[in-house]
Amino acid sequence: MNDASQDAALVAIRGLVKRYVRGDQVIPVLVDINLDVAQGDFVALMGPSGSGKSTLLNLIAGIDKPSAGQILVAGVDIAQLDDSELAAWRAAHVGFIFQFYNLMPVLTAFENVELPLQLTSLGRRDRRERVANALALVGLTDRMDHYPNELSGGQQQRVAIARALIADPSIIVADEPTGDLDRTTAEEILDLLDGLNRELGKTIVMVTHDPKAAGRARRVIQLEKGVLVD
Amino acid sequence: MFIRLILRNAFRHKLRTSLTLVGIVVAIVAFGLLRTIVDAWYAGAEASASTRLITRNAISLVFSMPLSYEQKIRQVPGVASVSGANWFGGIYVTESNFFPQFAIQGATFLDMYPEFRIAADERKAFLTDRQGAIAGRKLADKFGWKIGDQIPIRGTIFPGTWTFTLRAIYDGADAKVDETQFYFHWALLNETVKARFPRRGDQVGWFAVEIRDPTQAAEVSQRIDATFKNSLAETLTETEKAFQLGFVAMTEAILVAIQAVSWVIVVIIMAVMANTMAMTARERYSEYATMKAIGFGNGFVAGLIFSESVGIALSGGILGIALTFPVADAFASALGTLFPVFFVSQETVLMQAAAALIVGVVAALIPAWRAAHVKIVDGLRAVA
Repeated sequence: MNDASQDAALVAIRGLVKRYVRGDQVIPVLVDINLDVAQGDFVALMGPSGSGKSTLLNLIAGIDKPSAGQILVAGVDIAQLDDSELAAWRAAHVGFIFQFYNLMPVLTAFENVELPLQLTSLGRRDRRERVANALALVGLTDRMDHYPNELSGGQQQRVAIARALIADPSIIVADEPTGDLDRTTAEEILDLLDGLNRELGKTIVMVTHDPKAAGRARRVIQLEKGVLVD
Repeated sequence: MFIRLILRNAFRHKLRTSLTLVGIVVAIVAFGLLRTIVDAWYAGAEASASTRLITRNAISLVFSMPLSYEQKIRQVPGVASVSGANWFGGIYVTESNFFPQFAIQGATFLDMYPEFRIAADERKAFLTDRQGAIAGRKLADKFGWKIGDQIPIRGTIFPGTWTFTLRAIYDGADAKVDETQFYFHWALLNETVKARFPRRGDQVGWFAVEIRDPTQAAEVSQRIDATFKNSLAETLTETEKAFQLGFVAMTEAILVAIQAVSWVIVVIIMAVMANTMAMTARERYSEYATMKAIGFGNGFVAGLIFSESVGIALSGGILGIALTFPVADAFASALGTLFPVFFVSQETVLMQAAAALIVGVVAALIPAWRAAHVKIVDGLRAVA
């Protein structure tokens, strides 16, 4: 088991500001955020709706750009990367888990998991081996040829988790991963995330409204009106 | 994976894709058919030879010229051969059986028009029979004529019933040659007219003039016309192509309308296809955003939409092109000899393929640009 507090910060956020401009109105979403996430940590971001937690997650994941400040991930200031550099960086460093799974409906579970590997130089055989292992890890070996609409919500989220893992990313970002699931299935997904963190040492940043889900994290960070609350 | 995604996406909404395909197929067939009609209009001009000029009365084609012009034209430098002809304008059985009939100076005419392919024995039989006639293959097939058949034609310009013996049937050297024409001896026409109406004898409707050097066409034309300057029947000499285009020009407004409609059809299907692709892309914004989040670039996402659009359009285009041939054949059969030369040209097929490609590309432009430039966070929030 990793002791996250002893590891160097994988994510180091300094003076992060995010604001939206609507017409002549400037709306501050995140105000002077400073945050470290250690390698192997499992962080839950909580807060009321509109507090900026999803925006913070998006910025860490490199799918949004800050108005000011630094976001250092493994020493790279991703705020300075252009769109194509950022895309390559995400492919190599970030695994995504979404509330509504966001699987490609025209691809099978196997093909969905394989998708991020299309951006690597891995050969077909290596890809197949990796995908098989990832699906075995989430307990869906027997469902690999099924399309998303042939799977339950929990199974779809497992496929999404396998897809997030497949390229061995530095960090997994999860936006309300249990938000669309019933309690029992949500527990199964949280068990899975817990296992990824504890057994595989994966760094996870998760946004959630659910205190029970947050309770599975090593650290809970509260956001209110765009400001971190201790 | 890229091709798999495109194929599966394309057939995700089978009904929508099928209807779009049907629309493209119908549009491409209609486009091809209209282009073929326009081609048919220009067929005479297309089949003309660069070495042939036409000399006619400068006032109008309706007025004839003296037969004596033949010798004078032959003496003009640059002229290789001359052959006179007259429009006959008769009726075979009923007026609905229209086909063009010409009185020709047999030997010189057939030498000058090698694109009319006639068996040697049939040619000889025609040349040695004053009552003899030649018919194009399509014309003979239409009326079931065989060599040796007697063909009665009621004259309109030249009154009376004229009975000809079919001595030869010609085939066109290529698909552009009109095989619905009917020829008989000018000498027969002339001697009959002279007997009945002496003042109308020895008159020729036009002269086909073969020249030695096609690059000298303008100079030879000027020389011929200068020869008859200030005579009772001044001449107008032009290339055979210009002569044929003169007939086309009489119906130019119809042609312009047909061409405009053919392109309007392409624009309409382009709008339909663009709407389909816009709907398709809009429904998938969330998927495109997910792919971009995973690390796929804007170009990949745009490529998916472009490939799907072009794939559907080209599939429709290929089906449409394949269908154009039987549809054109059926159309030509239904119209009989109205369009003597009616075939789908290579240019038309290329234009159909280009039209399908343009439809696919243009339809994908805006959806692809939008999908490529949608912000990932906005795309992830998009609801299909």
